[in-house]
Amino acid sequence: MTRKFLLLSLLFSVLLLNFSGLSFAAGKEAEEGKEDPTGFIMHHIKDSHEWHFFNVGHTHITLALPVITYSSDRGLEFFTSSDFQNPETHKFGKEFAHEGIYIDDHDHLGRVDGGSIIDFSITKNVAMLFVVIAFVLYFSVSAAGHYRKHGAVAPKGAASFVEPIVIFVRDEIALKAIGPKHMKFVPYLLTLFFFIWTGNLLGLLPGAANLTGNIAVTFTLAMITFVIVNVNGNKEYWKHVFATPGVPAALLPIIVVVEFIGLFTKPFALMVRLFVAITAGHIVILAFIALVFIFESYSIGVLSTVMVTFINMIELLVATIQAYVFTLFSAMYIGGAVAEHHHDDHH
Amino acid sequence: MDLIIPSAGLIFWQLFGFLALLFLLVKFAWKPMLATLAEREASIDGALKAAEAARSEMANLKAENEKLLQEARLERDVILKKAQEASVKMIEDAKTEATKQGAQLIETAKAVIETEKKAALTEVKNQVALLTLDVTEKLLRKKLSDDKAQVELVDQFIKDLKLN
Repeated sequence: MTRKFLLLSLLFSVLLLNFSGLSFAAGKEAEEGKEDPTGFIMHHIKDSHEWHFFNVGHTHITLALPVITYSSDRGLEFFTSSDFQNPETHKFGKEFAHEGIYIDDHDHLGRVDGGSIIDFSITKNVAMLFVVIAFVLYFSVSAAGHYRKHGAVAPKGAASFVEPIVIFVRDEIALKAIGPKHMKFVPYLLTLFFFIWTGNLLGLLPGAANLTGNIAVTFTLAMITFVIVNVNGNKEYWKHVFATPGVPAALLPIIVVVEFIGLFTKPFALMVRLFVAITAGHIVILAFIALVFIFESYSIGVLSTVMVTFINMIELLVATIQAYVFTLFSAMYIGGAVAEHHHDDHH
Repeated sequence: MDLIIPSAGLIFWQLFGFLALLFLLVKFAWKPMLATLAEREASIDGALKAAEAARSEMANLKAENEKLLQEARLERDVILKKAQEASVKMIEDAKTEATKQGAQLIETAKAVIETEKKAALTEVKNQVALLTLDVTEKLLRKKLSDDKAQVELVDQFIKDLKLN
């Protein structure tokens, strides 16, 4: 298993190096020898209205994605990303406006007349989101299918892969962090873990989008946890926030403010942790690849390939650890909200 | 697109997509899977408990058998002892009886002999008396015929007597 992971990681890193190299080389060419590693890295970790894989010579290999917009006066409108770009260089810009709508060179959507418009486009990350959802759905439902077909027997196939994780999340995360009421939250925690884990791993593939390293995604996940925590908060939980026991009356105004802010810092920490861990990993890998084109040296090429492979292996670990940590902390916050605990334990 | 400012469109799709995924997975994967796992764990637990119960029952049974065997052994010993005692007593009794009967027989025999002896003596006495009577009669007869002959006869008889 470990050897397979290592081999895959090596393969991925080599592919990533090749594809990124191609696209970067083409980008460099387009800018006539002027190198911009920051732009190259940012282009890879940010969202975009089209899915750019790599370049072969002057040809951009991309997937045009649907652009969906809503504005109060024009209603819902559908375009494709290729409507808004130069067909040769695939560059977005205000000069390529289409039906009064443009996508600028920072990939922001806007209206030529300056009116307000909401962007519901299937961007690269949204498309990636669908891929991740399809992946998770496929292996989870086929794992469950094993039990549906064979009843309560030993796991086989997809089930033998999914089952240990399910048991781990149920017994090691949910039960330990939440306590006796854990079964209600296990399905959410399982979905969270598998979604983040799959997103992290698929995000490491060359040409894939940085889904779980996108702030909007981690924000949404953290908000869902926030809602679940506070909807399930029991009397003791709210008492702890608004009338913290064991605190002198004079200090209570300060403590209540601190506790109230604490409600929001927990999901904020969840959001930032996943975003930073995944984005930082991508930046490090891309930075090592960028070194090759900055120094234009074979020895640096070999060295950075070795480093990229090494970082990729670490990223495989980080992908799992971050999924675990996000799930664990969500479970702990839920546990804090539903537990019939004694406050003495915490002070 | 910005790095640290969440975009509304992606939040919308992420929320929609994740909630859809959550719904589908809960319905088609986690609920059946968790139920099956719980069922399987319960059945494994039950099987283990049943095995444990069977083992303890087996041990009980073995102990009981051992106890029964022990009791049987004790009983056998008791029976054997009793039988031995009975046989010894029987032999003893038989010996006593035999001795007693022998003594009785000897007693009876002695009595019979005594009786016979007395009878024989009586007979002898009677015979002697008869003989004496005969002799006396003969003597008397002889005396009646001839004194001399009488004397001779007496002598003769005396001689005979002495000879006898």
